[in-house]
Amino acid sequence: MSRPGDILLSVKDISLRFGGVRALTDVSFDIREGEIFAIIGPNGAGKSSMLNCINGFYHPQEGTITFKGTQRRQMRPHEAAAQGISRTFQNIALFKGMTTLENVMTGRMLKMRASLAEQAFYIGRGRQEEIAHREKVEEVIDFLEIQAIRKTPVGRLPYGLQKRVELARALAAEPELLLLDEPMAGMNVEEKEDMCRFVLSTNHELGTTIALIEHDMGVVMDLSDRVVVLDYGKKLAEGTPDEVRGNQDVIDAYLGVSHD
Amino acid sequence: MAGALPDVAQHDTFPKLLRYNAERRASLAAVREKDLGIWQTWTWADFRDAVRKLAGGMKALGLERGEKVAIVGDNRPRLYFAMSAAQSLGAIPVPVYQDAVADEMRFVLDHAEVAFIVAEDQEQVDKVLSQKEHLPALRTIIYDDPRGMRDYSEPFLHAYDDVVGMGGEGGWDEEVDLGKGGDTAIILYTSGTTGTPKGVVLSYDNLLLCAKIGADFERLREDEVVLAYLPMAWVGDNVLSYCQAHLVGFSFACPESPETVPHDLRELGPTYFFAPPRVFENLLTQVTIRMEDAAPLKQRLFRFFMNVAERAGADILEGRKVGILDRLLYRIGEVFVYGPLKNVLGLSRLRVGYTAGEAIGPEIFRFFRSLGINLKQLYGQTEASVFVTIQANDGVRADSVGPPAPGVELRITDEGEVLYRSPGVFQEYYKNSEATAETKTSDGWVHTGDAGVIDDDGHLRIIDRAKDVGRLADGTLFAPKYLENKLKFYPNIREAVTFGHERDFVTAMINIDMEAVGNLAERRNIPYSSYQELAARPEVLDIVEGHVSEFNESLAADPQFAGSQIRRFIVLHKMLDADDGELTRTQKVRRRFISERYAPAIDALYGGEGNIVLETPVTFEDGRSGTIAGDLAIRDARVSEAGGERAAA
Repeated sequence: MSRPGDILLSVKDISLRFGGVRALTDVSFDIREGEIFAIIGPNGAGKSSMLNCINGFYHPQEGTITFKGTQRRQMRPHEAAAQGISRTFQNIALFKGMTTLENVMTGRMLKMRASLAEQAFYIGRGRQEEIAHREKVEEVIDFLEIQAIRKTPVGRLPYGLQKRVELARALAAEPELLLLDEPMAGMNVEEKEDMCRFVLSTNHELGTTIALIEHDMGVVMDLSDRVVVLDYGKKLAEGTPDEVRGNQDVIDAYLGVSHD
Repeated sequence: MAGALPDVAQHDTFPKLLRYNAERRASLAAVREKDLGIWQTWTWADFRDAVRKLAGGMKALGLERGEKVAIVGDNRPRLYFAMSAAQSLGAIPVPVYQDAVADEMRFVLDHAEVAFIVAEDQEQVDKVLSQKEHLPALRTIIYDDPRGMRDYSEPFLHAYDDVVGMGGEGGWDEEVDLGKGGDTAIILYTSGTTGTPKGVVLSYDNLLLCAKIGADFERLREDEVVLAYLPMAWVGDNVLSYCQAHLVGFSFACPESPETVPHDLRELGPTYFFAPPRVFENLLTQVTIRMEDAAPLKQRLFRFFMNVAERAGADILEGRKVGILDRLLYRIGEVFVYGPLKNVLGLSRLRVGYTAGEAIGPEIFRFFRSLGINLKQLYGQTEASVFVTIQANDGVRADSVGPPAPGVELRITDEGEVLYRSPGVFQEYYKNSEATAETKTSDGWVHTGDAGVIDDDGHLRIIDRAKDVGRLADGTLFAPKYLENKLKFYPNIREAVTFGHERDFVTAMINIDMEAVGNLAERRNIPYSSYQELAARPEVLDIVEGHVSEFNESLAADPQFAGSQIRRFIVLHKMLDADDGELTRTQKVRRRFISERYAPAIDALYGGEGNIVLETPVTFEDGRSGTIAGDLAIRDARVSEAGGERAAA
């Protein structure tokens, strides 16, 4: 178990521009070990851009990101993954033609050391690794209760289950920091409850630090330990769910300015 | 093979049989479970060691002889170990239906005065904890799966793994030796179609003698493979998995999860299999749906060979004479169609298959028989330790449940109720001497509550629940279950409830089968988003109306039932559900409850209205409740002349 409180990832003065559009402006916050950290804000606030910066998909023009004490500015996604950052996507990015099991196995790719030939012919290290990784993958399948769809092509699964498979793939990489981009989007109440349960047990049982983007405020307030609010690429507020809920700027950003 | 069975006079309890098997079959498989994608195996020696350790821990926690131990969860090896551990300490296991909501569970736990509970996981522990204050006798809860249990600090909660390490292994043999055949082995609560559940007390003698009757009758061997997937609280699972495995020495396997049962079935290929008709109906529905999606050539091949099977399959299975051409075609069909199909269903290696609990549709029954699957019917009750009647391999019929099993006597009262007497007859209903006296006569006959007839060759035919058989206003016989079962033989109809007692004519409330009708709707481009919406589509109502009219036509041919044709019906806006109290946990219709809850709908059926607005309470899986409202169309069905030309099914 990690000790909650130590800073795992520190974002400092990040600014990101696309031509003239300022997606993020001087955003800073810390994610502490073992917590569930939510990034919220209205549409276009820069939430997904922020996640993309953290896992190295976008490179901010200004500012630094420090992960496990190592500061960096330019990092590619696979390097981020190798360092222990996994993520899921807003619009599911799975291999539709492959089974659940195969998709989750891809989450172990970065940890495989065998050569192409060894893997192709299932000999030597290729064989040993496959067995070791499969064990890990089976633990994840058990953890997320998707045994029944192990051999089902992902494209045939309902949306809620695809989301769960994506989470499984991210967990298979045994991340220290898990980035979830709208894990409950488009789900019905029951699917949401399931997903909340899995997010919580990932955090509690596996000790994984989680940063998530979510629009469902009920979910955010229930799940997260701390929340940062973005609006038009700027940080509006940061704190516990209760603090954020009571913050006048946040209320104004979400509901418009009230007149009574 | 009977000689190979251990002497049940000497090994007269399950722990003693466990010890016997652990010595004689030390390295043979006893229990399997699919875990992390791989079938894990416990040999009989492993089984004994696990039980011995757990029993040591439970004793250290203060479990006394005669106390009750509730077992709550899906079929898991460790829960079976707990059952055995309790029995070896002279305590009485009380398995509880794992999908019962907390309130329902409380009744059983409280009534049985359980001192210990062995629960599968956090979900079950939470249910028990929510009722803890109503359970004064409860001292200790043991849980198998530690997931999510980290933050629980109650001092009476123990992890299975911790309990195993608590006691020494000594003293187990002495405890086992104290057990006798006449002791209570288990209390099984019947789900009860009426009123509160009753705890059926069964002794080791009851269970062992009955298990032996079945094992002898079917010549069971130690290499049988069984999938233990039906609720542990159900007598069928207890006798056919746990008891007979102990007696015969075969292994039983626990599925990976309730959802994976079809996969597990296929991987395992059981030789001895028990399922309620519903399971076979679902299998057939799936086959039908998948064949509809298959390429035209495959469909033609399938239809051709299924016709061959229908003609010749059952005769070949039962060793009767069949023409050379059909025999040859059947062989070819076995290679191209039947073999692969049985393999997909997981029934390739099946030697003995039972269906019981409800009537099975003759078409469904014949379908499986014609594939060469030895599916048979039996009639049983918890009160009889299962077996009352069994069909012999060469005496299988679709319309009867077979002759009395060896050692069972059968009798029909003047009112038409079936009575039986056998070595398996239960001791009593726990703490309910009134009900015991009502059910069991002083000379050992048990009232089944079922109406039936014994035909000329000694086969029993069950018509209905004795108390449900009624009369129409004109005095003709009204057997609701007979009608409902006949309706349910249509794959599109999932559930049906008929009314007619002391009425002028018969009406019905119907649930469609979401899977079958949903598939049909997709094919015809009928949009829908929920059961309620699908069930209200006029196209769907047309389909159901067609079925009911056809059903009427076939009833008309049977003079006894011609008057029971269904004049009017509605398709309900929600599935009848055990969580709402409309079905029992074993999925039987609770007639009285339904006729109270749906009284406005019944009035409308007899009133002549064209539609009815219904609001019904529902209970969600997490225990919260709400209501579902719908505007339901009432349809009239075509009624046929009595003595119509169509033969009854």
